[in-house]
Amino acid sequence: MNDQTLTPEERAASLKGMGSSRKRVEDVRFTQGKGNYVDDIKLDGMLFGDFVRSPYAHARVKSVNKEAALALPGVIAVLTAEDLSPLGLHWMPTLAGDKQMVLADGKVLFQGQEVAYVVAEDRYIAADAVELVEVDYEELPVLTDPFEALKSDVVLREDLEGQTEGAHGPRKHHNHIFTWEQGDKEATEAILAEADVVAEEMVYYHRTHPCPLETCGCVASMDKVTGKLTLYGTFQAPHAIRTVVSLISGIAEHNIRVISPDIGGGFGNKVGAYAGYVCSVVASIVTGQPVKWVEDRMENLMSTAFARDYWMQGKIAATKDGKITGLWCHTTADHGGFDACADPTKFPAGFMNICTGSYDIPTAYLAVDGVYTNKAPGGVAYRCSFRVTEAAYFIERMIEVLAIKLNMDAAELRRINFIKADQFPYQSALGWEYDSGDYHTAWDKALKAVDYEGLRAEQSQRIEDFKAGKTRKLLGIGLTHFTEIVGAGPVKNCDILGLGMFDSCEIRIHPTGSAIARLGTISQGQGHATTFAQIIASEIGLPADDITLEEGDTDTAPYGLGTYGSRSTPVAGAATAMAARKIRAKAQMIAAYLLEVHDNDVEWDVDRFAVKGAPERFKTMKEIAFAAYNQAIPGLEPGLEAVSYYDPPNMTYPFGAYICVMEIDVDTGEWDVRQFYALDDCGTRINPMIIEGQVHGGVTEALAIAMGQEIAYDEMGNVKTATLMDFFIPTAWETPNYTTDHTVTPSPHHPIGAKGVGESPNVGGVPAFSNAVHDAFRPFGLVQSHMPHDHWRIWKIANGLGMHG
Amino acid sequence: MSKMHVKLTVNGKQVEGLAEPRTLLIHFLREDLKITGPHIGCETSHCGACTVDIDGKSVKSCTTFVAQVNGADVTTVEGLTNDDGSLGVLQEMFREHHGLQCGFCTPGMITRAHRLLQENPNPSEEDIRFGMAGNLCRCTGYQNIVKAISASADMLNAQKEAAE
Repeated sequence: MNDQTLTPEERAASLKGMGSSRKRVEDVRFTQGKGNYVDDIKLDGMLFGDFVRSPYAHARVKSVNKEAALALPGVIAVLTAEDLSPLGLHWMPTLAGDKQMVLADGKVLFQGQEVAYVVAEDRYIAADAVELVEVDYEELPVLTDPFEALKSDVVLREDLEGQTEGAHGPRKHHNHIFTWEQGDKEATEAILAEADVVAEEMVYYHRTHPCPLETCGCVASMDKVTGKLTLYGTFQAPHAIRTVVSLISGIAEHNIRVISPDIGGGFGNKVGAYAGYVCSVVASIVTGQPVKWVEDRMENLMSTAFARDYWMQGKIAATKDGKITGLWCHTTADHGGFDACADPTKFPAGFMNICTGSYDIPTAYLAVDGVYTNKAPGGVAYRCSFRVTEAAYFIERMIEVLAIKLNMDAAELRRINFIKADQFPYQSALGWEYDSGDYHTAWDKALKAVDYEGLRAEQSQRIEDFKAGKTRKLLGIGLTHFTEIVGAGPVKNCDILGLGMFDSCEIRIHPTGSAIARLGTISQGQGHATTFAQIIASEIGLPADDITLEEGDTDTAPYGLGTYGSRSTPVAGAATAMAARKIRAKAQMIAAYLLEVHDNDVEWDVDRFAVKGAPERFKTMKEIAFAAYNQAIPGLEPGLEAVSYYDPPNMTYPFGAYICVMEIDVDTGEWDVRQFYALDDCGTRINPMIIEGQVHGGVTEALAIAMGQEIAYDEMGNVKTATLMDFFIPTAWETPNYTTDHTVTPSPHHPIGAKGVGESPNVGGVPAFSNAVHDAFRPFGLVQSHMPHDHWRIWKIANGLGMHG
Repeated sequence: MSKMHVKLTVNGKQVEGLAEPRTLLIHFLREDLKITGPHIGCETSHCGACTVDIDGKSVKSCTTFVAQVNGADVTTVEGLTNDDGSLGVLQEMFREHHGLQCGFCTPGMITRAHRLLQENPNPSEEDIRFGMAGNLCRCTGYQNIVKAISASADMLNAQKEAAE
């Protein structure tokens, strides 16, 4: 080898391993328009499916007349619940232990619900045929308010009538789904009763939608000769989809191949199983031809995967000098017509019990009541780890509300309540063990970076100027310190439909010293092909550029639970490191044999094993790889491969400090983000460029949610925000620049110390923006106002406070 | 439905085909010509994933009938790669500055940026943000897209200067 002259540092740099801002390998295809997304797939004889959807939010379906549609040339079939019921496929199980209609079975429960599925030769004919299907509806009273639903005589789920026991315990009312309780109710109530100060507020996190730029879709292709079903789709969890398809269709799992090709953004939208997948599979089985289904944007916003919709009633108790003594939260969760929330089975409200946040709160209690309404099902974690966004927003608002009550600075109130660095691992009152953190260091760094004192002085001056009539603009300083819980998760308490939430990686080293790795996850833009190769490069000393990454094909990838909840790096990233270490362990034995020394007499040095005390005698990983395939080594099998299934011992707990400085015009309600500082601590950093990109994108999604984006319904259950005209997605014009920063507190239980970062910016961003709006109006008496803070709602705040003269 | 004969130039090549009067350009490109760079994100002209260049203008092909562009010169992202197969300047700069993540908006984004830099070879950050406001991205927060376009402008201007 010719690299004896290179220093270990130079050799490490040439690998482009962990810590390198390696350029993405995916981009060569994507920038040339050579991605391969679901709608790019075209198979011979492929048909197109499209849905007849309900215009009503609650109605009885009296009849469906297919005649005119079937008479249209090019229409192959029109499926209804009646056609699916002999197969038992007119209903399907949800991820939350409920069941959901695939096609309307006698009634509809939300606007946009699937009523019939048309199969035609092309998408134009399918769309024409949808218009020709005649459905006779009888309207029923509509419930869009979860509090009303719990009092109403109107029964939404007649199929559950008389069932007092649900998937998560007793049901208290016919529109009630579950009650989930955590913590100590009595102790918390006792503390609230005796506290110096109690702040109480209703914090609403409105309904919104992940809205990836690519909508959901699939191509089902049943090969009647081999009996094998191939299902391409926008699946964030391809293996789980394979198992679910097998369980509900009865097709043996080895005869199903699920392929997630390139995915145009997921953000939680593509975790669930949707009616379109089931109908496409049935249609392909019936016709013997491949069937494609791709939803349009309206269908996406109206029917697949809403997020949030949590009404969080909070009480926070503190001493008069600001030490928090207790936290109480009761959440009313609007789940829509079916409980299709995507959470680990034992957590019907996800990880909402992380709602004590970054604070050392000794006593707490949380209860969540799930409720049926006439809205779309979903409840996915939109760029979030299972309701962590709701929890973080709740506690970060409650801290601000408490600061008002105590007449304290909110930054100082946070500081005196943070869990201290020496308290980790920290047991929270609601049952979690936080792995590591150093909140005070991050907080001080953030406050210093933005010159917090200076900003407060500027704000005081601004208030004086406003009162003196010199300006109509207010200045808001939005603070957030969030703690996430990601990396679901330990099999002992995390599963989805009984599937443990481990993940996997298989690595094969080729004789010439390059490699292929396959994982149970699937990238939707996170750059897995780039970053996971970096982990392997650092672990086994082969250049990242010589390592191919593959995901998303269940026939080739090892079983895994997919990509969502920031779990890829904490779980599959750990599996990758562990598989690489198995390879390194075998490589050590091979190297020792080649160097004619004992296994323990060689040591690892970046990309080689060298004889201890004689570094000039070494075998590089490349040489070892070749030897693994061309030499008979006593006691060792040929080849150099490994697979790891990693069951994480704990979750990881990334955290961060975000500060938003916002200008607000009290007369128009317009806002302008003047500065946004984001400090993230995601433990060990694999690719800083990609981390920074994740933060930019996540904060922008937070900006959308906090400042205008919502799925809104009128009292008839009509969706008022079903196109991108009404559903706010920020453009380059209103999106600010962000300053990113970091501290590094590795996870003590993760093989490489990494924690995951993709969702942190959304979790921390929403309260930072919302708190900035609240902070601007705090001196004028505002305590709490609901998101989204669009211009109209901000104008209403100012108007309500008498600021319009 | 009866079909009509359409003829146009796409990425420098003469193409022709039969299309219904209602056939959208995006479907003609993607289904008939198998040019799948331009994507469908909203079908209402809001997101810009379907952006193509028609006779020197950025156009959203999801709300344009192919019949409207009979005889036109159409460029998609596939046409912005160098003749030797290497990445064009914008493509390279989007990669260099991490201006893409899932890649779904990228073809429309790059095609629009290509026209923007023809319209204004020296855009300020504000010019870029305004000029790109018809193209939505859900992943990047635009900061690195703006950087990539700005770097492309510099590089194209330097190339022009060197050639003169």
